[in-house]
Amino acid sequence: MKKASIMMIIGPMFLLGLFAFPLWSIMLGAPQYPDPLGMNIHIDGIRGVQEFDIQNIDGLNHYIGMKTIPKPADMWEFSTFPYVIGGMVLLGIIIGVLGFLGKVNYKWFLGWFILMSILGLLGMYDFNAWMMEYGTDLDPHAIMKITNPDGSPMTYKPPLFGHEKMLNFDVTSLPNTGAWLMFVGMMLTLAAFFLGWRNGKLVSLKK
Amino acid sequence: MKKVNFTAMALIGFVMLFASCVDQSKKSSSSGALASSAAEKTYVPPGELDEYYAFISGGFSGQLSVYGLPSGRLFKVIPVFSQDPEKAWGYNEETKPMLNTSHGFIPWDDSHHPDISQTNGELDGRYVFINGNNTPRIAKIDLTVFETTEIIELPNSAGNHSSSFVTENTEYIVAGTRFSVPIPQRDMPIKDYKGNFKGALSFISVDPEDGEMSLKFQLMMPGFDYDLSHPGRGKSHGWFFFTTYNTEEANTLLEVNASQNDKDFIAAVNWKKIEEYVNNGGGKMMPANYAHNVYDDQTHSATSTMIKEVLMVDPLEVPGAVFFLPTPKSPHGCDVDPTGEYIVGNGKLSADLTVHSFTKMLAAIEAKKFDGDAYGIPILKFEDVLAGVVKQSGLGPLHTEFDGEGNAYTSFFISSELVKWKLGTWEVIDRQPTYYSVGHLMIPGGNSRKPFGKYAIALNKITKDRYLPTGPEVTQSAQLFDISGDKMELLLDFPTIGEPHYAAGIPAELIMKNSKKIFKLSENKHPFATISDADARVERNGKEVHVYMTMIRSHFNPDNIEGIKVGDKVYFHVTNHEQDYDVPHGFAIIGAENSEILIMPGQTETLVWEPKAVGIWPFYCPDFCSALHQEMQGYVRVSAANADVPLSFSLGD
Repeated sequence: MKKASIMMIIGPMFLLGLFAFPLWSIMLGAPQYPDPLGMNIHIDGIRGVQEFDIQNIDGLNHYIGMKTIPKPADMWEFSTFPYVIGGMVLLGIIIGVLGFLGKVNYKWFLGWFILMSILGLLGMYDFNAWMMEYGTDLDPHAIMKITNPDGSPMTYKPPLFGHEKMLNFDVTSLPNTGAWLMFVGMMLTLAAFFLGWRNGKLVSLKK
Repeated sequence: MKKVNFTAMALIGFVMLFASCVDQSKKSSSSGALASSAAEKTYVPPGELDEYYAFISGGFSGQLSVYGLPSGRLFKVIPVFSQDPEKAWGYNEETKPMLNTSHGFIPWDDSHHPDISQTNGELDGRYVFINGNNTPRIAKIDLTVFETTEIIELPNSAGNHSSSFVTENTEYIVAGTRFSVPIPQRDMPIKDYKGNFKGALSFISVDPEDGEMSLKFQLMMPGFDYDLSHPGRGKSHGWFFFTTYNTEEANTLLEVNASQNDKDFIAAVNWKKIEEYVNNGGGKMMPANYAHNVYDDQTHSATSTMIKEVLMVDPLEVPGAVFFLPTPKSPHGCDVDPTGEYIVGNGKLSADLTVHSFTKMLAAIEAKKFDGDAYGIPILKFEDVLAGVVKQSGLGPLHTEFDGEGNAYTSFFISSELVKWKLGTWEVIDRQPTYYSVGHLMIPGGNSRKPFGKYAIALNKITKDRYLPTGPEVTQSAQLFDISGDKMELLLDFPTIGEPHYAAGIPAELIMKNSKKIFKLSENKHPFATISDADARVERNGKEVHVYMTMIRSHFNPDNIEGIKVGDKVYFHVTNHEQDYDVPHGFAIIGAENSEILIMPGQTETLVWEPKAVGIWPFYCPDFCSALHQEMQGYVRVSAANADVPLSFSLGD
């Protein structure tokens, strides 16, 4: 149980990487942009991959009537997420420490993992909803109004995951370092649960 | 912990799943053992990059062209000494001071010999320097922006031809005078040339930090013609060598009168010794008047300062600093091999090439074995300094470059060929014809301790039947040779701008990584910049009107201006708000007597416009910038001089 608890203490710490590294990245390449423009989505705001990418993406988006990319103050998520992540790290470490001291059992580890997974899924849902809004709520006076073959207005929601072709742009949306660190951390807590569970079984067998 | 290991394995597998989505890197095709043809060797497939930059002088265009090798593709013509309406060089308010001289605004020159800055005798790719031959000037081109950022005029010089060559650590740019003239200039009979005219050799120091040029001193030499020069390197670092002709000091019909002496001289100048003399207070300040023009990439503007004196050094007052090496038949090129030992005098009226030895020269100086003097400057004995002669090598040798493998390559103007020969044994290894009448040749890094001996280009004066005819004036050209084997192999002909004199080549990777993509708007210190769109405005000051305009895809702000009157002088100060690579915008207005302006992202430029007639006059962006480029336009309302239309401006009202 000691080893499992140490893993439970270390695992949530990987989430601290989210304060330094982007969670997700959306890259926009086109014939005119052999070096793609890119947005890094951090838990506290959206930043350009290169210094002027956000400005340049906004410049291009104005042709099709998209709103400018939100500043941190424009979205409640960017002020809330750091507290949620910080809180979960703290909670995970406390559970791990209590496990180490024998105050709680391994099931708490799974509890933390499930809670974090739910929060992650909610975050993804929220992110997707924002992209839907961003890609479809277009200025009616847009310079270029493009319709799909069926006559409906074309929308520009970036993919949540993977690649999509949008007009002349290849849009690729993938998890970045922060998400990978979070993934590793969560896997460690899951492993801590399994280790705790197996040790528990061994102990009861010995008895 | 076994479970942990298993988890880690699973993780790695998961990551690799994603990594495999990354596009397959292009597989380079290998030609295997098959011998590649000339076409394959010069073919740079679409989207791929050349291996070398070649900076080729624009000759009488006054500019510097940028080519890629081995493709021979032209990338850019950098305006240097001549006005260029495409880039508004010398037309906009910012760059006019760059062409200021003691003779006033000079819109043209004849550019000759580019040379790339060096550190420890190797190309460092920071700057290219080039000389203006006609109104003596040296220009510096900054290779982060590929723009001319500094021009210094040379007083007491005339026909600035033995220039602009760089010492091993870019301590100095050296510039000699082709014409000797009275110093200081004065009214006197031309026939009194002999003994009265002087030749000034200029040593321009380069600041190691910011690269600023400053004319440190001039060496007042006898009145010969100083044709070409090159620095010593390695063991001969600290010396500079100049070929001379017209040691006869003829002032008329030089083709005969300056070809009488069997030998002219190579002047060997120990500049380190002179530098020490100068640093200890030596030399005499003498009145002068020359321009020093500097362009600043933060103000995006140039300033011109007139300097009123120059430090003149009499070589007789620095014993042991200057010697003459007799060299047959009006030597033209003066080239030093990568080790610094051999100094090649290309006697242009001779069939042989003369090579001097630096070691022997030092020994002869040490032993004081002089053969008289010329105006007090000791002349060494030809036999004492001679390293060897390349016999019957061709007709009319002009210039020599080196491959770093112990071989030299000389251009022969009259016999129209390149000749490869071996240093030390002086045997001719190969000769290949050029089409036609090659002048300079260039091997990338050939003028340094570390040449890149893969290619040589011949820079030809005549092309005749090599290209489609274009009337009496046909192109001049360069020819690319593969010199990596024993035999030189002609690969490609390509046309050049103006007349290609010398060129300078450098591996692309030394420069491309430093090439700027945009200017940061936040660093724009132009006094008339409009950094925020909210500050776009029009101001009147008497008959002067200043328009503070911004531009971004795809509009001007403001784009409607009223209240301008006939007789006004309108300054359009236009700031490009783009911060995206390769999105310049232009500004052009009907009836402008200067040019367009072409403004890079983050930059501000100013065009002056003096409307002559009442009317509504359009302006537009001449650089196709976006799908809405044709919409990037506006109007200026010009009213009669006595009209009372108030000044107003707008966008999108």
